[in-house]
Amino acid sequence: MSNAQLTVPFDEAMTRYEPIIGLEVHVELGTNSKMFCSCATAFGAPPNTQVCPVCLGLPGSMPVLNKVAVESTIRIGLALNCEIATWCRFARKNYFYPDMPKDYQVSQYDEPLCTNGWLDVTVATDDGPQVVRVEIERVHMEEDTGKLTHAGGATGRIHGADYSLVDYNRAGIPLIEIVTKTVIGTGPLAPAVARAYVAELRDVMRALGVSDVRMEEGSLRCDVNLSLNEPGAGWGTRSETKNVNSLRSVERAVHSEIERQAGVLDGGGRVIQETRHFHEDTGRSTSGRSKEQAEDYRYFPEPDLVPIAPTRSWVEELRAELPEVPSVKRARLQSTWGINEFELATLVNAGAVELVESSIAAGVDPAAARKWWTGELLRVANERGVELADLPVTATQIARVESLIADGSLNDKLARQVFEGVLAGEGDVDVVIAQRGLAVVSDDGALLAAIDEALAAQPDVVEKIKSGKIQAAGAIVGAVMKTTKGQADAAKVRALLLDRLGVSE
Amino acid sequence: MTVAAADLIRQPASVLAAAISAGEVSSVEVTKAHLARIAEVDERVHAFLQVTAEAALESAQVVDAKRKTGAKLGSLAGVPIAVKDVLTMRGVPTTCGSKILEGWCPPYDSTVVSRLRAADMVILGKTNMDEFAMGSSTEHSAYGPTHNPWDLARIPGGSGGGSAAALAAFETPLSIGTDTGGSIRQPAAVTGTVGVKPTYGGVSRYGLVALASSLDQAGPCARSVLDAALLHSVIAGHDPRDSTSINAPVPDVVAAANRGDVRGLRIGLVKELSGEGYQAGVLQRFNEAVELLQGLGAEVVEVSCPHFDYALGAYYLILPSEASSNLARFDGMRYGLRVGDDGSNSVEQVMSLSREAGFGAEVKRRIMLGTYALSSGYYDAYYGQAQKVRTLITRDFNAAFEKADVLISPTAPTTAFKIGEKVDDPLAMYLNDIATIPVNLAGNCAMSLPVGLSPADGLPVGLQIMAPPMADDRLYLVGAALESALTDSWGHLLIEEVPDL
Repeated sequence: MSNAQLTVPFDEAMTRYEPIIGLEVHVELGTNSKMFCSCATAFGAPPNTQVCPVCLGLPGSMPVLNKVAVESTIRIGLALNCEIATWCRFARKNYFYPDMPKDYQVSQYDEPLCTNGWLDVTVATDDGPQVVRVEIERVHMEEDTGKLTHAGGATGRIHGADYSLVDYNRAGIPLIEIVTKTVIGTGPLAPAVARAYVAELRDVMRALGVSDVRMEEGSLRCDVNLSLNEPGAGWGTRSETKNVNSLRSVERAVHSEIERQAGVLDGGGRVIQETRHFHEDTGRSTSGRSKEQAEDYRYFPEPDLVPIAPTRSWVEELRAELPEVPSVKRARLQSTWGINEFELATLVNAGAVELVESSIAAGVDPAAARKWWTGELLRVANERGVELADLPVTATQIARVESLIADGSLNDKLARQVFEGVLAGEGDVDVVIAQRGLAVVSDDGALLAAIDEALAAQPDVVEKIKSGKIQAAGAIVGAVMKTTKGQADAAKVRALLLDRLGVSE
Repeated sequence: MTVAAADLIRQPASVLAAAISAGEVSSVEVTKAHLARIAEVDERVHAFLQVTAEAALESAQVVDAKRKTGAKLGSLAGVPIAVKDVLTMRGVPTTCGSKILEGWCPPYDSTVVSRLRAADMVILGKTNMDEFAMGSSTEHSAYGPTHNPWDLARIPGGSGGGSAAALAAFETPLSIGTDTGGSIRQPAAVTGTVGVKPTYGGVSRYGLVALASSLDQAGPCARSVLDAALLHSVIAGHDPRDSTSINAPVPDVVAAANRGDVRGLRIGLVKELSGEGYQAGVLQRFNEAVELLQGLGAEVVEVSCPHFDYALGAYYLILPSEASSNLARFDGMRYGLRVGDDGSNSVEQVMSLSREAGFGAEVKRRIMLGTYALSSGYYDAYYGQAQKVRTLITRDFNAAFEKADVLISPTAPTTAFKIGEKVDDPLAMYLNDIATIPVNLAGNCAMSLPVGLSPADGLPVGLQIMAPPMADDRLYLVGAALESALTDSWGHLLIEEVPDL
């Protein structure tokens, strides 16, 4: 197969092929201690400072299961409508890699804690919002590996590196793996469904309070499995795309993999079963490890741990204490905020529901809160390739900006500049306004001077206005706004200039 | 009490503890006597891989000072002990008898070592063993074999040959062993000492470098049943660091050892652990012991455990499977031996070269067996089947314990063989553990104690007592009664007959 591979544009690909997707999501649980020892789990600590003989896998050390991790997993399973096992075990997944202290990972294999669930997600279509049920195969527990950093070499991968550093702080952090059944029949909605599923899952985790689900810190990671087949034909060979680190990337990864596989198939080629690495910058993936020869992990029950046998009464207790699930909560918010399903879907897909909610709580008008989060702020987040929630702007700051708009101190354009300053880290709202000199020009004298200047410069326009073509006033308003660098209230300028010319509307 | 150093090293631990506690002798004197003995004979015995003389004397001084303050001392305070080199001890090299761990100093104490320290015992050092506890002769130690004090040309058993030989050579009054398929009991049998494999989960495995996690168990090694009981009670008990540790009171093994009574007890002879393959001299001493037990008032019944015939096969699938995974971490990346890290090799190659150079032949053999047994497509036929056999063996035990309170058999089919005799014949070596393996598979407890010298070669013969899970006290009840009757007939413990080194 040639390297210079042809891709088929998405829309064209969808006329000939049906995608089948499967999503494996890893969620780092936000427990205070690790899965099998009492080491701390704080993100960003200096390398190898949150380690002990157990998570370093030192000879002789033994794991002891973190009960909170089991509890969190059961709660996740319940929120995803799963069956909770009455008895299950951990298994060892054996393979050699330097990020694994024991050269095996304690995981679950054929006896997962939670099975057979589902999660409904909503995607926008031309015919309005559509609900898609994504079935969940299993939810299981495992320990995270350490983190490798490869120095030198061209690829940033272990092969060709001059040396590699390993940080075991992450080793042993509780991970939950949530695996969907194959999602079929989504057609061109596949990228949106994938994204909506991960977004929904993230909201469920947040609502449960089991994880901070930050994709860019790796506390939520998604692997995208995808295959294409011609309608009516058998399933195609699937690829697994890793390194998909944002909601946007989930959507793009599905999109680009459909285009790539369609290109391979159109060219008469064969899709290779392999792991691919997604690149945020190009929006494309590159080939990784081939999985044609299935790796043999030699799973067997972990003899250092005893079976997990959650009592039914405990499970029911946890079920009874589950918080409002996001879908129910959204229905409530939709009616409270008086928005339609499409507007709600926009908020959900943008990951903005909680942000809007907290902004409203801070005193922002619901419509304005939605406007900011799904408009200007979302644009910036996409531009920066980060989640909305990770923008350095607070509900209080939005409330402040809104109150300044309300009293006429700011207009929309200036408000956007205020946020630009806040997001650039120039300081709080009032600091940015002061430093950038962003207050609306409300001094009539200054405005009148600017208006006179504009009128003098455009006598033909003045004539038009005087002759009754009031809409021509826009040209004068525009000139004044330009002179005042946008720091004027356009409505006020218009009123003043008409008054100046003795024209009434 | 004024005793010569030569006498101190021959005293039972119980006597030493009482004398230290009463101030009749200091722990420092006792410790020095044993260190001197080690210096005198260990060149020939090679029971020790590490002698921690300085730390031992410091511990002894602490105990002596503590006694002088009037503080109450534990039952074995101030008594020296040796620890098999498979248990971690902070700051002291732990090699597991392997080159791959040469120089590795664990940053933490195993729970067993912590308990020895908490009991104010004096740790003399680390004892030799077959590499990663794989073997029945201690010939598979990367640091050279240990010699049996009864005949230095012979093996001291294995894998814990160092711990057993150190007792028989009077280098220590007590030692710690670990038993995965007989590594405490078979060395006890061939050195004329006492060794106990406690109930699985009875003694914490935390800090025991795992061979086969579902089979490994640390236990006491001593020259008498009472001494073993005293040590058993120090190291046993629940440990939250070991998930498989049993959270229940430890059976009162010391009381049982002090009582020693078999009257009215039903003792089962396991039909399958006798006959073909067992030396005549071994069977003769075993049968005499059975008669003795009957004479002491025990009721002897024959029981059948038909699935024991499959125990060795099942064991040599389960053990290598677990070992292949447990030993994966020795890859040259984080500690121990690293080979080939010269910039020309990939990380996989460095791992491979390190393991190639660091592991001995027997370890490699078992890693390969285990890797194969766990492989996709073979798992059900090998590991899966072996686990089923394991269940059947447990059922055999359960049925047998309906008919008998304890079961007995010879501990090992032969007396100590010559060094080099079986080292190139793995199957012959594996057969040493034919009588001890079923207990590890089922997870119950067993003891080996000496019942005389084989008339054929004048070497010690061991008898194995097996009891149900968490009925470890029964081992001591029967063991103490038998030991008492035997020493009455001999006039001393069998170990007194060991030749002078």
